[in-house]
Amino acid sequence: MQRIGVFVCWCGSNIAGTVDVKAVAEALKNEPGVVFSTDYQYMCSQAGQDLIKNAVKEHNLTGIVVCSCSPRMHEATFRKTASAAGLNPYMVEIANIREQCSWVHKEMPLGTQKAIILGKAAVAKVNLNTPLTPGESPVTKRALVIGGGIAGIQTALDIADAGFPVDIVEKKPTIGGKMAQLDKTFPTLDCAACILTPKMVDVAQNENIRIFSYSEVEAVKGFVGNFEVKIKKKARFVDETKCTGCGACIEKCPQKKVPNEFNLGMDTRRAIYIPFAQAVPKVATIDPDYCNMLKNGKCGVCTKFCAAGAIDYKQKDEMIEEKYGAIVVATGFEPISMDKFDEFAYSQSKDVITSLEFERLTNAAGPTAGKLLRPSDGKHPEKIVFVQCVGSRCSACAEKGKEYCSKICCMYTAKHAMLTRDKYPDTEVTVFYIDVRTPGKNFDEFQRRAVEEYGVNYIKGMVGKITPEGDKLKVRGSDLIANKQIKIDADLVVLAAAIEPDKSARPLATMLTASMDTNDFFTEAHPKLRPVESPTAGVFLSGTCQGPKDIPETVSQAGAAASKVIGLLQKDKLVGNPCVASSDQLMCNGCSSCERVCPYGAISYEDKDFPGPNRTTKTRRVAVVNPAVCQGCGACTVACPSGAMDLSGFKNTQIMAEVDAICK
Amino acid sequence: MQMKEYKPLIVAFCCNWCSYAGADLAGNNRLNYPAEVKIIRVPCSCRVNPMFILRAFQRGADGVIICGCHPGDCHYTSGNYYTRRRMATLFSMLDYLGIEKERTRVEWVSAAEGAKFAATMNDFVKTVASLGENKRLEDLRCKR
Repeated sequence: MQRIGVFVCWCGSNIAGTVDVKAVAEALKNEPGVVFSTDYQYMCSQAGQDLIKNAVKEHNLTGIVVCSCSPRMHEATFRKTASAAGLNPYMVEIANIREQCSWVHKEMPLGTQKAIILGKAAVAKVNLNTPLTPGESPVTKRALVIGGGIAGIQTALDIADAGFPVDIVEKKPTIGGKMAQLDKTFPTLDCAACILTPKMVDVAQNENIRIFSYSEVEAVKGFVGNFEVKIKKKARFVDETKCTGCGACIEKCPQKKVPNEFNLGMDTRRAIYIPFAQAVPKVATIDPDYCNMLKNGKCGVCTKFCAAGAIDYKQKDEMIEEKYGAIVVATGFEPISMDKFDEFAYSQSKDVITSLEFERLTNAAGPTAGKLLRPSDGKHPEKIVFVQCVGSRCSACAEKGKEYCSKICCMYTAKHAMLTRDKYPDTEVTVFYIDVRTPGKNFDEFQRRAVEEYGVNYIKGMVGKITPEGDKLKVRGSDLIANKQIKIDADLVVLAAAIEPDKSARPLATMLTASMDTNDFFTEAHPKLRPVESPTAGVFLSGTCQGPKDIPETVSQAGAAASKVIGLLQKDKLVGNPCVASSDQLMCNGCSSCERVCPYGAISYEDKDFPGPNRTTKTRRVAVVNPAVCQGCGACTVACPSGAMDLSGFKNTQIMAEVDAICK
Repeated sequence: MQMKEYKPLIVAFCCNWCSYAGADLAGNNRLNYPAEVKIIRVPCSCRVNPMFILRAFQRGADGVIICGCHPGDCHYTSGNYYTRRRMATLFSMLDYLGIEKERTRVEWVSAAEGAKFAATMNDFVKTVASLGENKRLEDLRCKR
């Protein structure tokens, strides 16, 4: 039996004005378990807290009910008071008789009556309270960054700078991501490689960072502070420790007809390749789909020319298992496929290209060495049409496009238009747009410069159809401001394709039990206040995997994610919330109902032996809740058909007792 | 003869993150609603077991309302979706048992919607009061 003390607060006249506090204290005296009941002007004051502490000692209290303001206000205060008096802090319950009683009811008898009932409910609950101790778990002081684009690179560098080891997992043979493919960056027009590649070198040289390139995350187990991750290092058939990146093998490789994905298939590479000159790690990779030696055992040229003896045709995929305290997702984006946009003739003409292809065409390291030439005939285009919002803001065509704004297209299209006019002033450049959206530091000025200084022709309206005719592209669109149809015979059309999350994001989210929105962008723990954390504890978000964003935004989010990781890793122990679910294994039948509703993946199953009849043992599958992962929502408690699942602090019996007290 | 004014007994389950805070805000702004409403705090609306509601009706409650975060805003990302489904099923079953649909309700009240909380409670109490006392599920064994 509990020995409960009831403490009714006046809160000056805030409560005492509409609630007869003395009557409340008197009425609660006779409730079961109550051995002491009093009232005081300000229970949260030092004197009020001392009153509670003294009463605990004097009356040997085991539970406390404070009838006062909202628990959201002072529950923590009174729990500390209880702790100081030697009681378990979770033996305190608050009856909210201010915000939910005295402040909303005007008549004294009604207010008093309700306050008594709320007090009774709290007493009924405390009678069933049990001391709770938060669990502690250790923290593995190592972080994993998934994705080696600018987001992953920045996050890894920032974490490593704080002194914690970081591993980057990148599925491509080199880090660098999409930014490495870009030519110039808005709004400053400095070259992407000039600002990115030094960072890539920093990563390679940082003692705290390991790069697993050409690798993918295969499985994730565990929870915040204690993740166990399996990483598959794909066979590149080249010994990374021996390869010097000299490139002799690439020069001699006879298989020359491999589409070069780094240049988006606009030129070719060899079967053994280094994606680009500044790749990190600068190590060759053999493409098993095209290598003659791997396909039919006839060739071996690269072995002959490799002075380092790095070629290893027998190399196998390698599994690496490592423990991490925190995981950062930085999986980035892809432009959407243009297959469904037949009206723009992307599949019919080589001269209809996407903006990313345009970046490669104007890049000095690209397939044309930076000369803007038509992919079909290598001629210099005289009329270029840019079409914005291809697949973006496409609510009517959700099956082929995206409803959201891709955010970066207005700026990079202005950049492309400006650069074209700058390099080739004889070129006529037209941009079709729905709206020009350029919020950002120096962004609007940048777009206006494209129009005012570089004479780019901006037309508000959408392109309806593009038809290749001879060596021209007939562009038909509408000018909504002049209210007329427009026909342009263009030489080159550039489509600002919408961006979508990388395809690897969805399976990764499942592995991490991190939630995603309907567009497969990772969901943040709170859209405004916790933008770099996923709802799954210990999983953080960096860059475009969370939503479309440009480089400056990505870098700042990457830094923010890193600071959250550092904050987690510098702790030696994590103290959990003790109000978590647990399953009564004698009642559990292992049906998986709870696991299916758990948003955090906190529930797993194990086979356990139970005594059966005649001294036999029976093995049964039972649910086990990981208290470090459980956030205490209670979804499982209701889903459980056998009533085995319960939630500490909000037990079935406790809530039922409150219902009974209220309905008496 | 004038009957004594009938006061319904209302049990309100409020999730800790949105609706309980919304109820607090109603208090901060001194927005009145009838004292017949008694609030029970739960971590999430999905913590509300149908058994709690049945128990309340057996014990003589006249109406039960569950308040949670708006769809998409759940602190636990998906809890209120479970609430919505479970309660749709439960309420139609209760209706079949003779507990009118008007006596049960699920409402989304955010932490910023103190006014909505008060308005909802005023409306719910009025609706339940017009239906009169609930005798249908009352279990006399539960009454002391």
